[in-house]
Amino acid sequence: MADLTTTFAGIKSPNPFWLASAPPTDKEYNVRRAFEAGWGGVVWKTLGEAGPPIVNVNGPRYGVVYGADRRVLGINNIELITDRPLETNLEEITRVKKDFPDRALVASIMVPCEEAAWKAILPRVEDTGCDGIELNFGCPHGMSERGMGAAVGQVPEYIQMVTEWCKEHCDMPVIVKLTPNITDIRYPARAAHAGHADAVSLINTVSSITSVNLDTMSPEPSIDGKGSHGGFCGPAVKPMALNMVAEIARDPETADLPISGIGGVTTWRDAAEFLALGAGNVQVCTAAMVYGFGIIKELTAGLSGWMDEKGYTSVAEVSGRAVPNVTDWQYLNLNYIAKARIDQDACIKCGRCYAACEDTSHQAISMSADRTFEVIDAECVACNLCVDVCPVENCITMEELAPGVIDTRTGKPVDANYANWTTHPNNPSARAAE
Amino acid sequence: MSHSPRTPGIVSERLSPDELARNFEDLHAPYDGHEAMVAADRCYFCHDAPCITACPTTIDIPLFIRQIQTGQPEGAAKTIFDQNILGGMCARVCPTETLCEDACVREAAEGKPVEIGRLQRFATDALMAKGVHPYERAASTGKKIAVVGAGPAGLACAHRAAMLGHDVVVYDARPKPGGLNEYGIASYKTVGGFAQAEVAWLLQIGGIEMRHDQKLGSAMTLDTLTSEYDAVFLGLGLGGVNSLGADGADKDNVDDAVGFIADLRQAGDLTKLPVGRNVVVIGGGMTAVDAAVQSKLLGADDVTIVYRRGRDAMPASGFEQDLAASKGVRLVFNAQPKAVYGNGTVCEIEFEYTESGAAGLTGTGETFRLPADQAFMAIGQTLADAPDGLTLERGKIAVDGAGKTSVAKVWAGGDCATGGDDLTVTAVAEGRDAAEDIHNELMQSAG
Repeated sequence: MADLTTTFAGIKSPNPFWLASAPPTDKEYNVRRAFEAGWGGVVWKTLGEAGPPIVNVNGPRYGVVYGADRRVLGINNIELITDRPLETNLEEITRVKKDFPDRALVASIMVPCEEAAWKAILPRVEDTGCDGIELNFGCPHGMSERGMGAAVGQVPEYIQMVTEWCKEHCDMPVIVKLTPNITDIRYPARAAHAGHADAVSLINTVSSITSVNLDTMSPEPSIDGKGSHGGFCGPAVKPMALNMVAEIARDPETADLPISGIGGVTTWRDAAEFLALGAGNVQVCTAAMVYGFGIIKELTAGLSGWMDEKGYTSVAEVSGRAVPNVTDWQYLNLNYIAKARIDQDACIKCGRCYAACEDTSHQAISMSADRTFEVIDAECVACNLCVDVCPVENCITMEELAPGVIDTRTGKPVDANYANWTTHPNNPSARAAE
Repeated sequence: MSHSPRTPGIVSERLSPDELARNFEDLHAPYDGHEAMVAADRCYFCHDAPCITACPTTIDIPLFIRQIQTGQPEGAAKTIFDQNILGGMCARVCPTETLCEDACVREAAEGKPVEIGRLQRFATDALMAKGVHPYERAASTGKKIAVVGAGPAGLACAHRAAMLGHDVVVYDARPKPGGLNEYGIASYKTVGGFAQAEVAWLLQIGGIEMRHDQKLGSAMTLDTLTSEYDAVFLGLGLGGVNSLGADGADKDNVDDAVGFIADLRQAGDLTKLPVGRNVVVIGGGMTAVDAAVQSKLLGADDVTIVYRRGRDAMPASGFEQDLAASKGVRLVFNAQPKAVYGNGTVCEIEFEYTESGAAGLTGTGETFRLPADQAFMAIGQTLADAPDGLTLERGKIAVDGAGKTSVAKVWAGGDCATGGDDLTVTAVAEGRDAAEDIHNELMQSAG
């Protein structure tokens, strides 16, 4: 069985699955249950500065997007950071870390953007014996209106500044949690790096309105007839998160910066994908909120089973495996030519491929009176839409045309040589072929 | 309880009122809202969907399922009713396993079709529960149409004709409307007085006058109707039943299954309905299954369906055969009745095994006997008392594709007419299409 032990930003944990800073990690009771269930680490729900704790709304805090059979595809929340006194949280962190020394316990922190505020809280957190801190620069609602959370994360200079304060005023590893509510994730990541962060974690939640109540005309979740944007998370945000993780992993400026992958991790496969795109571990929240802590058994068994199958012996070995294959569009091989192929034995004759291609693509699928669907190679651009909408797995596939074969769409033979847009004759700024 | 399943002879109260109530409850429980959403999510919204083609009334099934999926069950019902005003009954009684659900691509993919019938019921029930009728009549055309027969064909014709602005009078020989929906379908397929509720809902369109206990040929003739009305639609059904050719078939308690099914549907109290201890049903269609299963559910100890051909040839669907078997009915294939024995009343029936060959179905000479204190014939229904002057074909009123008969101003549809299977849904399609054809013809002559 593959070894799932992970060292992330100098923090050891028995597996790469941490619970993200969020409602599931708000207090000792939950965190103990998580560790007992087998979670490798926990990022404690964000601590604020000492004094009167923040308050939460007393109505619904979550909105949801469902798939079939009420399967949760995404949740948004308008909950703020911990609403319990700092002292209580620190005492609990101390006790839990003492009882679970082999688990990663990281404290998430969000205090005002003043050095004194950070200087005040950091030693108190460090005294708990926790393994590191995560700077919450991502929360998009409520706290950002007060100049914290995403308000910091959206300004790279602030990220660097606060990160530097933290590195100066404590000896714990510093993980900077990034908001996706920006245009280019590389800038905040570079700022964290410049501030000597030990790692970044991303993504935090995406600003969102999940739905509108069409009777009351209030956004959901609705508080006394009004709604505010929340932070969206869960499987629906995974594609955005994967891209942002990959962007940082392949940016030469941040290539050596450890990344904790967050955003819709629901199964071991999601985790493996984050790892492959450069994450050193993953953080989970929504899946635990939907299914409970018990999913950790599937996550660890699934990941280690897959690693065994592939011959990977450590998580580190998986991390970043796919990064070299993430490139810019302009470097994609324009001489690679594929055509859709329909397995007539597997076809159930629903005609979705036909409708999709005929109505919205390239009219490259024919339909006969007896509902036989066939690809017209002379029209097929291999867009893959038919594969995507086909309800039968592997019924429609993309077949690469071998070099030399005539592509009937263009009438030209397939060129064996790689060629991309940068040298394409249609590109006005193409470099002259030598 | 005064009797048990093993009490000899034909008696009532073989089961307790509770057992009877349980036995005759809804065959398919209606979906609740969440079940319907899950079931609807399975629909692939096929292009030019095979289920639509398979539906005799051509309901846009993927559209109505998508409407359910998006929280518009009443809109879904409207999609159904646009094509099939008796969509509520068809949702209950259609042999979907041989129609839309057989054509469903998920049947091909995994042997589990989208449950179209139950979804249709969910939608139609939702709209009907609101007590609203979603159609309005067009401006009056001043034309009068007579519909003979208040069964599925006649009701569909009447509704469509009324909607198009014609004034309709429906004549029916029986005291209640509905035809086979009221008198001829197993009780557990349409519980809670649905047939009457559906007719009442349908009549909300207005412009339809119902006249009951009016039998064609006695209360009125086709000639008087054609002279009094601008058009006549005949939806007579098949009023006659085939009789058994075997020796002794005239003995008491050898009854027609159609009558038994009607008696059961009309019985106010099932505990008062007598049934035999040993019941033999001869036939292989839905009527045979309905009679046999209901005999069993009434408490008959031993019920056997005997069909002269093999299982594959049985007109009752595989689903119906399995239903019968699951209720404890024994299915005997490849055997034909030879003689009915008994002293005045039936006590035993002799059968001969059959085989199919070049000479058709022949007896093998090998026989067996089944004890029977009650026997039901379900060996086909026939057109009875067809008005003179109509051309018949294979025992049915000959019609063209639009339902026009050989007599001017007279259309026909449903089981009494040629074309299509003898199914409720087919009758609805034929009644509807005849109304459209009548409308076109009346409007042309008016123009």
